Amino acid sequence: MALNGMQIYKLLPQKNCKECGFPTCLAFAMKLAQGNVEAEKCPYMSDDAKAKLSEATAPPMRTVKFGAGDFEYALGGETVLFRHEKTFVNRPRFAVMFSDAMSSDEVDRKIKNVNEVNYTRISEEMHVEIAAFKCEREDKDAFISLIKKVTDSCPKLVPMIMTENTEIAEEAVRQFGDKGPILFGANNQNYEAMVNLAKDHKLLLGVTAAGKEKLYELVEKIQKAGYKELLLDAGSRNLKGTFDDMINIRRTALLSGDRTFGYPTVAFVCDMAQDKMMQLACATLFVEKYASIIVLSDIDYSIALPLFALRQNIFTDPQRPMRIEQGIYKIGAADEESPLLVTVDFALTYFIVSGEVERSKVPAWILIPDAGGYSVLTAWAAGKFNGKSIAKAVKEFEVENKLKTRELIIPGKVAVLKADIEDELPGWKVVVGTEEAATLTNFLRNYKQAAS
Amino acid sequence: MAYKMPVQKYSGKINEVTIGNGLKLGGESVLPFYSFDGDIGNKPAIGMEIWDIYPESWPKCLQEIFKDVADDPAKWANFCIYNYSPDFICLKFEGASPDGLDRSPEECAEIAKKVAESVSVPLVIAGCQSNEKNAKVFTKVAEALADKNFVFLSAVESNYKEVGAAVGMAYGNIVAAESSVDLNLAKQLNILITQLGIKPDRMVMDPGCSAVGYGFEYVVTTMDRIRLAALQQNDTTLQVPMILPVSFETWKVKESVATEDDAPEWGSQEERAVGMEISTAVGVLGAGANAVILRHPRSVEVVRNFINQMTE
Repeated sequence: MALNGMQIYKLLPQKNCKECGFPTCLAFAMKLAQGNVEAEKCPYMSDDAKAKLSEATAPPMRTVKFGAGDFEYALGGETVLFRHEKTFVNRPRFAVMFSDAMSSDEVDRKIKNVNEVNYTRISEEMHVEIAAFKCEREDKDAFISLIKKVTDSCPKLVPMIMTENTEIAEEAVRQFGDKGPILFGANNQNYEAMVNLAKDHKLLLGVTAAGKEKLYELVEKIQKAGYKELLLDAGSRNLKGTFDDMINIRRTALLSGDRTFGYPTVAFVCDMAQDKMMQLACATLFVEKYASIIVLSDIDYSIALPLFALRQNIFTDPQRPMRIEQGIYKIGAADEESPLLVTVDFALTYFIVSGEVERSKVPAWILIPDAGGYSVLTAWAAGKFNGKSIAKAVKEFEVENKLKTRELIIPGKVAVLKADIEDELPGWKVVVGTEEAATLTNFLRNYKQAAS
Repeated sequence: MAYKMPVQKYSGKINEVTIGNGLKLGGESVLPFYSFDGDIGNKPAIGMEIWDIYPESWPKCLQEIFKDVADDPAKWANFCIYNYSPDFICLKFEGASPDGLDRSPEECAEIAKKVAESVSVPLVIAGCQSNEKNAKVFTKVAEALADKNFVFLSAVESNYKEVGAAVGMAYGNIVAAESSVDLNLAKQLNILITQLGIKPDRMVMDPGCSAVGYGFEYVVTTMDRIRLAALQQNDTTLQVPMILPVSFETWKVKESVATEDDAPEWGSQEERAVGMEISTAVGVLGAGANAVILRHPRSVEVVRNFINQMTE
């Protein structure tokens, strides 16, 4: 159970040495109780006290890791059920399912699809992170060669080895252990061997049982065996049952404070429907609530574009809005005579404005200065969106060399900036645009007509 | 130690609102689809969007489906009902836009009447971009369709008095209160509308929508907070069913609009647009939407399958 500040204070050396960065041990204890600082900051605490403290102050849901090198990912570590209460921290990761029972044509097709979906959206590289490998034929060599083929062809994928056969698991882990694979398949029969295997190779261990009650008992046994790098599966393979599992496992950890279920979960969307659009529907729900690994049958842009975008949104820290990189963006086949608009670097504003410009079919440029990541009016009020910041961007991105136009369209809501910008940018004329992005389409069409 | 399911208590319940003759929305006393906690109320409803004018601006792949019927709203509505069985039809008066055809309120009322007489499902009447014009259009349409229990999408801060008085008070239809993705604004508008004399079970709300990827986190968070306030804190001003016009948003974003020539690496435009529509619809259903409005038949089919699996 969690300790309060006074209980923690009693475990501290109480010498007020300030080496932790706080003026007194009591102040440090209070911060520890809030979970804002780590116990390791105190150099004089006894090991016994440290163990007690780390147990007491550990978050209700464990953060676990898998993968290796550039492709290492953290899962779990969530502290709230709704993002507005604080923030969600570790986004779910997407997997595509492979099996040794699939034809080589099917495997090849999936390899191709996985490699094709790779793009950047608001500074985040989007691709499938995991290849799940289901061992269905109990044929060790066939299974190993499947994993080898896929991981050789898709170097970005971390394998998830799915077998309950410990002998096959051991061989797969031996061969692919350096990729930090997930070992999936600890059940009530094999868990001792699986735990040892996971321990030896420091792997994330998938634990599976039929139903939450049985899963709970199994996790208790595994925790007793001393392993806590776990990924949970309560066995449901349909939409409604999996939703029940996801919600209640997460609530057991965060509301009941029961760490037996304080681990991330996996949702096998690939088993819920054949139709990829239905899989997209299921996966959408589990991005919101509350899967950490979502296994799909396959991937293409029609499901990747919405899913990755949704994930990026839901896992944005409410206190730190998404920002778009500063620069000059070309919309459509814009040339040096095309209209130039300026707006802020708040990602949502940029997306709405660029969307409307695209819809107008008028090729144009959008200049994004450093506006602090705020919306137009907020950035203006904070002094981040003004003549100076806009003039700086015009120089920094060499707008005068790239474009012949010397007219700059500004958001209607900051019409007041016109004179300020014209002072900072000699030779330029500022045109006041629309107050809302929604009417930008008509504005641009008329603006272009007036020019030509 | 045996596993103990966590228990979540709720003190509030969403109003049950009847649309048309018998389409019931809301009535749940738990978070969306939390059937393990209690009564999930009525199944969320699906509507299909049609226009009073031919939808020139829709992507070609979408126009193709409706091209033989889309120049006659009554035909279009019945085509949708016959082939795709939506729970309601959303008739959007895009032609009323002062920037476009600027159709008169009287003309709109005539069209609405004709459509209403020809269909077997309830209507949701939507307006154009001008809130000022919508107030006039809704007044006439509500008069022509008096006491039908149809939904009018929507009353906003600048026109709620006119819309509320005509749609809700004078002509016995249902007012949708629309705010822009903010809990406090949503609550305030609901209160203002009930102060006009409209009963809470004669209104629905649109808390604001966007497509996934386009500030959708604000939509989900606003809806989460509305539902938590309504159910856990028993805030009666927010116990109003939510209707989300998903298709108004998803069909204008890049992922749906870019043709295969614009973005060859992205593959089929139709599938991309359907994907955006489905994901956005499920996203808002998971956050508490009681009704969604869609355009593509495949989206209707998949979202219905999703709702059925979650509620049966």
